[in-house]
Amino acid sequence: MVSPILELKNINKSFGHVQANKNINLKINQGTIHGIIGENGAGKSTLMSIVYGLYQADSGTISVSGKEIKLKSPRDSIESGIGMVHQHFMLVENFTVLENIVLGFEGEFVFGEKLKKAKQDLKNLCDTYKLNIDLESVISDLSVGFRQRVEILKSLYRGAEIFILDEPTGVLTPQEVDELFKILRSLKEEGKTIVLITHKLNEIMDLTSEVSVMRQGEVVGHTKTSDTNKEKLAEMMVGRSVLLRLNKEDAKLGDVVFKVENLTVKDDLDVTRVKNVSFEIRSGEILGLAGVTGNGQTELLEALSGIRKVESGNIYLNDEKVSDKENLLDPRKLKEKGLAHVPEDRQRMGLVTNFKAYENLIFGYHDQEPYSKSSILRDSDIITYSKKVMEEYDVRPRSPQLITSNFSGGNQQKIILSRELNESPKILLVGQPTRGVDIGAIEFIHQRLIDMRDKGAAILLVSVELDEVLSLSDRILVMFDGNIVGERINKDVTDRELGLLMAGVA
Amino acid sequence: MTNAVDKSKVPWWVSNLIVPLVNLVLALLVSALFIFIAGENPIKAVKLIIYGSFGYLDGFAYTLYYTTNFVFTGLAFAVAFHCRLFNIGGEGQAYIGGLGVFLVAINVSFLPVPIVWLLAIAGAVVFGAAWAFIPAYLQAKRGSHVVITTIMFNFIASSLMVFLLVDVIRDMKQMGPHTVALPKEIWFPTFKEFAALFGIKIRYSPLNISFLLAIAASFFVWFLVWKTKWGYEMRAVGHNTQAAIYAGISPYKNIIIAMCISGGLAGLLGINEILGVHHKIVAGFPAGYGFTGIAVALMGRNHPIGIFPAAFLFGILYQGGSEVTFDMPNITRYMFVAVQGVIILFSGALENLFRPQIESFFVNRLNRKVSV
Repeated sequence: MVSPILELKNINKSFGHVQANKNINLKINQGTIHGIIGENGAGKSTLMSIVYGLYQADSGTISVSGKEIKLKSPRDSIESGIGMVHQHFMLVENFTVLENIVLGFEGEFVFGEKLKKAKQDLKNLCDTYKLNIDLESVISDLSVGFRQRVEILKSLYRGAEIFILDEPTGVLTPQEVDELFKILRSLKEEGKTIVLITHKLNEIMDLTSEVSVMRQGEVVGHTKTSDTNKEKLAEMMVGRSVLLRLNKEDAKLGDVVFKVENLTVKDDLDVTRVKNVSFEIRSGEILGLAGVTGNGQTELLEALSGIRKVESGNIYLNDEKVSDKENLLDPRKLKEKGLAHVPEDRQRMGLVTNFKAYENLIFGYHDQEPYSKSSILRDSDIITYSKKVMEEYDVRPRSPQLITSNFSGGNQQKIILSRELNESPKILLVGQPTRGVDIGAIEFIHQRLIDMRDKGAAILLVSVELDEVLSLSDRILVMFDGNIVGERINKDVTDRELGLLMAGVA
Repeated sequence: MTNAVDKSKVPWWVSNLIVPLVNLVLALLVSALFIFIAGENPIKAVKLIIYGSFGYLDGFAYTLYYTTNFVFTGLAFAVAFHCRLFNIGGEGQAYIGGLGVFLVAINVSFLPVPIVWLLAIAGAVVFGAAWAFIPAYLQAKRGSHVVITTIMFNFIASSLMVFLLVDVIRDMKQMGPHTVALPKEIWFPTFKEFAALFGIKIRYSPLNISFLLAIAASFFVWFLVWKTKWGYEMRAVGHNTQAAIYAGISPYKNIIIAMCISGGLAGLLGINEILGVHHKIVAGFPAGYGFTGIAVALMGRNHPIGIFPAAFLFGILYQGGSEVTFDMPNITRYMFVAVQGVIILFSGALENLFRPQIESFFVNRLNRKVSV
């Protein structure tokens, strides 16, 4: 029997008290697309970082084509033929594709003949794998989908035989996902091996031939993809059966409680990012805002929550004008009026990561009773409260005294959600509520949002996950280049149609 | 790429005790080299330092007197630093704080003594805070960096005080740049009087009840920074300004509050120096305590529990150092400025030089113990 191209034996790795990987054994055969699926915090990314040489395992061995290798740094793994396409691209924005790929690889400056040869090699690679990249274009002009291809091309050029893709579709439109999958299939046909890390079951079913499931740092199952289905995989991931479809009754619409009129917003660089946008939300309604990252959703959310200055236009909260050009309403006053905001970027905005968990659980509400009285923080009350909500929202580990940066992404998100939802807001602005959150928690978060809606809250859901927008929203707006380019009632729309709108095509 | 140490595995006592201690020892070794090059025996110098700062009661009292000053300026720096403001202006704020002490005390000296003291303390805080307010305002509203403006304000304070001490508030009966003395009744009781109660005779001691004020100030800072909503908001702004704005915490307001509290604490140095020691304003009385306070705070990791011992250490160096310069002709006062500089270098600028090695050393050792 041929030895597998990549074999991991008894890999262990722990961070502090948390064992991220426990006795991992994994065999990946050449010329396959192998899926690794698991909840966030299941240890997928840690494992792959070990394979890529970013971390070193506490114990265990890694072999490539039957030969044991020592990985001390990413350089070693590149030399062993392992290439990684990160979630966040490692490209120099103002360099061309060619410069980005050649840079730092040759170990010397590349001029003249050498550059010509490199260019020819790259062109050949592009043709073989139908990457369709113009080597002379500057990275900043390329869409996210193309940048990802540049990363793939970079790995190819460096001689990678094994490609690790970490959540590659998170930032792509459905059409871009299709293109990516085509490329991955053609890589496979040429005998390359692909390891696909994802938490999306659809991708696993679509693309992979084998799948390994991770849960709490362990591999809990290996199977041929053809022998399983989504429900079974989800159950394995979570360790119990999971509801993939939401139970949702039709919305009972109330009055308009939130209205945006001709809103225009600029970003920090004075570029207009939200252009004359108007919409309204009724109580008891979830309005989904779909769109590819960077089309103005971030700035819109910030303006609506009082963080960013409004250039022109008005915002009405229960018919009360709360913001206009002159009047930047401060987030705390909006909170008092019943508006809560779950920001898109939890680390940058939603949390102070150096704070202890209990300090973050009252963040923004810290001057309200019972958390503080006459400006003195009531630690014991805060901690009692924290324990309660951590229990309720299943934040792990349940230690209010732990520094927040030691929690996993999904648990950090739960800290924010529990804080913002606990005040039963009338209007809830939610950005990417389940980004980097595991399936079990997604189900939980979605159910909470529906419950809030049923209790009469008006919810604006901004998400780049189409599935999420589709499964939660009653009405959907699509944003492209700062404009609302489409409004659809959820029942009547397909993800294809939304995808085209998101790409600015329709 | 080095394999970074997993921070959560590092025991608190390694990063908070061992690392500063190693840095300190290294600084002292380098200092010993200086002394050796200057042609004196470093071991003898150490003996002199220890004798000078602990060996006899007068000396020990001096050590505590210096400690008092360093506690004030160290706390001052730490408070601003929790809001990520690098307040280098402690020197100037202390100077102006001293002006506040004198002006208040001389004008209300007819009141009952405890009330005079309280008002003088208020004067120190208000004047110090006011001097910090201007750079704070410029930082908050105009984005002028406090490092630059507070340095400039040290010079302005110094020039302003020279002007006042020469032309306005000088004791006109004499030529020196100092004011008239405050009435004797309102002077702070000193250690000399305290010792006399037990029948111990001391010739002179600058140590006075300001030391108790320094302890109280330490408690105040701890309470403010960790137990009140103001401290909470200051720390939030310091750690993550974006998140603070999201939570409705105003960075402007907190920058100004943090700087004013910082300046007020620095101003308290004026209490020790004027009510406790000189009993009048003497030109240049802050004498670098404001700057050394930065090192004290950095070494004490900006926590009162750390600042107090760090201030004590600098007190030992100041007092022991003067003993050394007295006994060793080759060692000048400036040599000890250099020693302080080396300590600041190792515990401040080079703070992280050996941290990774030390932390990974302990993490590996502890792991081994666990696995055995």
